[in-house]
Amino acid sequence: MTTLKVTPLNAAHRAMGAKMVDFGGWDMPVNYGSQIDEHHQVRNDVGMFDVCHMRVVDAKGDGVRAFLRYLLANNADKITVPGKALYSAMLRPNGGVIDDLIIYFMTEQWFRIVVNAGTADKDIAWMKEQAAVHAPALIITSRDDLAMVAIQGPNARAKVWEVLPQTKAATENLVNFQAADCGEYFVARTGYTGEDGFEVMLPKENVEAFWYALNKVGVKPIGLGARDTLRLEAGMNLYGQDMDESVGPLESGLAWTVDLKSERDFIGKAALLANPPSSKLVGLVLLDRGVLRGHQKVQTPHGEGEITSGSFSPTLERSIALARVPNGVAIGDTVQVAIRDKLLNASVVKYPFARNGKAVI
Amino acid sequence: MSNPSNLKYTASHEWVKTEADGSITVGITQHAQELLGDMVFVEAPTTGRKLKAGEECAVVESVKAAADVYAPLAGEVLAANADLDGSPENINSDPYGAWIFKMKPDNAADIDALMDAAAYQAAVDSEAH
Repeated sequence: MTTLKVTPLNAAHRAMGAKMVDFGGWDMPVNYGSQIDEHHQVRNDVGMFDVCHMRVVDAKGDGVRAFLRYLLANNADKITVPGKALYSAMLRPNGGVIDDLIIYFMTEQWFRIVVNAGTADKDIAWMKEQAAVHAPALIITSRDDLAMVAIQGPNARAKVWEVLPQTKAATENLVNFQAADCGEYFVARTGYTGEDGFEVMLPKENVEAFWYALNKVGVKPIGLGARDTLRLEAGMNLYGQDMDESVGPLESGLAWTVDLKSERDFIGKAALLANPPSSKLVGLVLLDRGVLRGHQKVQTPHGEGEITSGSFSPTLERSIALARVPNGVAIGDTVQVAIRDKLLNASVVKYPFARNGKAVI
Repeated sequence: MSNPSNLKYTASHEWVKTEADGSITVGITQHAQELLGDMVFVEAPTTGRKLKAGEECAVVESVKAAADVYAPLAGEVLAANADLDGSPENINSDPYGAWIFKMKPDNAADIDALMDAAAYQAAVDSEAH
């Protein structure tokens, strides 16, 4: 039997009545009661997520910008204001997606990178392997001393300021996708829910007290179940489901993050230019009764597609999905999804499905 | 919530109630609904369908996952609970009230072979370890 990894909030989850599950080798809360209630809680008010399993990586030294410019599919040159963040895919030379991540520009000697939990070790190994060749002086450090909590929802920022008043001055003017380094607390106006809010990185030993302090001012804990429906409604990809090393970013709805226009070379660029995509990611809304799920086949006049992520949308009160379909499929088309022994109708839509508390389709 | 002692149970987490007319009513247990979480869709068998014991005959879907419901014994489907079309969450709030379908058993004695509440609880407890 393998031992599950635990975050510093494990005891707090159990004390708050969480149902714990094995999430990629981590013992994590899937919900603390009703995951639909938790979903609405974030869309309408505020909730907090334990994201300590995600990994913070610092890249420091001269030439860090030039290195990231080559390492990532999105262009690090787009972020020039301190604290500004950029979402990017990191590709293999063949164009397959190693991971999706966020980089924060802090100084010309320091970029902070946040990567997914399940891919963290291979990501860091890849970064170090590339740095050894292209930027040997760079120091890449996995910040295992840091914890991370996401506070999301229309009232999230106000609640964080209630608990951490000392960070307010530095963070109240942050625009979306910008962070401030407030000493012990690194506060970023980012998230994975389609709502406003902060992601706060802090020393591991402080995170339990921070979690309980947030709870005391009315911030409810939210499990991974609601995290998945929130990000799906917001049209945000989940690594390992919506993309992985077997597909490229252009087939994964990530063309907007891939900078092919500039002269800049980056790992995977040649492969992307040589292999134009024949499929694309679209949104589906189920018209019949049922629930869309990952790996269900999608029948279209242009060939077969497949659902990459599907669930029930608490905001739309019907089932939605992301699906990879042939390029010929257009927004507004009706396609058929094979669910058990039936073919059910679904409408092809442009996602996101919901943002900032409201349905947007 | 404890499992009612007037019901019978299966290892696949269905509960079975014997009605006065010899028909049976089937639902899923407290333990099953708790494992699945918020219920959002129920696909019940059509009336008149002949089922073998252990045959997949209904599907309950929560936000999290889909789960098959099995015929606890051989027989014919008499009715499905139409209330669950609009309110599948009744299974969460009242698992022993929110029945899924009714059957006429081929052989009434088959019911005796199902588990009683204590045996079912023991099976659930051993699953957890």
